[in-house]
Amino acid sequence: MIEQPTMVKICDILEESPGVKTFFFKGNLQFVPGQFVMVWIPTLDEKPFTISYIQKDIVGISVLKRGEFTQALHKKRVGDLIGIRGPYGRGFDFQSGSNPCIVGGGIGMASLATVVDRLRDATIIQGARTASEIIYQKRFPEMKLCTDDGSIGFKGTTIDLLKELLKTQTFDKVYTCGPERMMYKVVELCKNHGIDCEVSLDRYMKCGFGVCGQCDCSGQRVCIDGPVFTTAELSTMEDFGRIHILKTGERVNIHSS
Amino acid sequence: MSNVTLSVNLCNIPLANPTILASGILGTTKALLKRVVDHGAGAVTIKSISTESREGHKNPTVITFEAGMLNAVGYSNPGVDAAVREFSNIRDVNAPVIASVIGTRKEDFARVVEGLSGAKFSAIEIPLSCPHTPGFGLLAGQGTPDATFAITSEVRKVTKLPIFVKLSPNIPEICTIAKAAEDAGANAITAVNSMGPGMIINIDAQKPILSFKVGGVTGDALRPIAVRCVYDLYKAIKIPIIGVGGISTGRHAIEMMMAGASAVGIGTGVYYRGIDVFKKVCDEMTQWMQENGFNNIHDIVGIAHD
Repeated sequence: MIEQPTMVKICDILEESPGVKTFFFKGNLQFVPGQFVMVWIPTLDEKPFTISYIQKDIVGISVLKRGEFTQALHKKRVGDLIGIRGPYGRGFDFQSGSNPCIVGGGIGMASLATVVDRLRDATIIQGARTASEIIYQKRFPEMKLCTDDGSIGFKGTTIDLLKELLKTQTFDKVYTCGPERMMYKVVELCKNHGIDCEVSLDRYMKCGFGVCGQCDCSGQRVCIDGPVFTTAELSTMEDFGRIHILKTGERVNIHSS
Repeated sequence: MSNVTLSVNLCNIPLANPTILASGILGTTKALLKRVVDHGAGAVTIKSISTESREGHKNPTVITFEAGMLNAVGYSNPGVDAAVREFSNIRDVNAPVIASVIGTRKEDFARVVEGLSGAKFSAIEIPLSCPHTPGFGLLAGQGTPDATFAITSEVRKVTKLPIFVKLSPNIPEICTIAKAAEDAGANAITAVNSMGPGMIINIDAQKPILSFKVGGVTGDALRPIAVRCVYDLYKAIKIPIIGVGGISTGRHAIEMMMAGASAVGIGTGVYYRGIDVFKKVCDEMTQWMQENGFNNIHDIVGIAHD
């Protein structure tokens, strides 16, 4: 395999929320939910995005408009070309768990969307700061929503809502993606209830295939050893929930909330 | 039981085996260095450190092609102060750790080496040969005999640790530069850095893929050139050589040592064969030596010479 971007034509664009667009393109690559691609805008930059839709030969990535790169991506129209390389990383495992729960925070829900496709009976929690940031409401009408300001659904965090649910039921497994402090709290809460988690981590990436060392998390390369890690693996990764790595490679504390 | 020994003594640094993680690959954190050693490396090199922090080039920074890898990372690093924090307690790594040090002026090299003196590094490597970062290496004229002599001398003044000078394969007079390093007090030559720079254009995008447009070429394409450089250097200098360039199998490592290398660096091999490439290479070297009647890896060094 040669690790170079292939130019693909955007065949559809879906506005998921005021800040999030999904870009669809034809890809004949085999994806496992949780894997990601590196998206290249020639002469600008290249960033990792988890696949959020897998439909036969069409795949989609959901992109939150945040920085220079994602703003440029949001200006793309149907028919424009973007570069794709991948898929990369180790995705989610569906071996065990007949009664799963999926906990997404913010744009982290995009990394879990194909898990929902696979586990249609799962309990799904999506949290956001406010109603306008909620995505996939039509796609997954059964989702339990929560917002910090209470503008839709439960008023509180995903952790608060998960705690509420765990008062009356249990789960075999919890799949989560979102801000790292949220995921850390999900894992800690689940440990107390004896529930294993699978967590999709996010780090600044360069190569995407395990050689540059940029995305280290306690000796694990998020790009190739992850991005999905289990509770057991995370228990040996001291940096999880605590340390991020800057573009310079410096390890810095994650701001605690 | 195997009676083959792979252990080597490199500038009085004992290595369990001759494989060394090359600089710029996986050397960002102490945790990753430790993992590489757990996967069999005899020594490891950190990603190069400069006086101030650097974000490096934008992505894409690392891509591959049919015969190797092309990279222009641009020396992203946290700077010497953060590096000292990251690489304190470096003895936890359980193998010698080599500090790669870069600078724009010769005084910068000395400043970084002094700054890192609190950490327990086993050697200092100075790459004067990066082909793709403005202000450093070839793009700063560091790959000449005069500049090599001046920078090596400056570093020699501030450290008693062994100094490895890493050279470019691009320059026909590599032996002249190696001699300049030797004369200035270098203890070993690391040969070679990436070659080029090269360029790969995506024809559908009609643009070079790397954001810096050009990058250093490593991997299989580099190996015959690296072997030739090591072969020439072995005749020209007295100090040991660390052979680097396209090594991903035991046979490659033995070839490099037959050319004259006392130890071998592995970088792009991590891409070809995974993070445990070091153990794989060692196992394959051991097997080849058993099959061919060699007990000690020393006996292989330089035997390709007449």
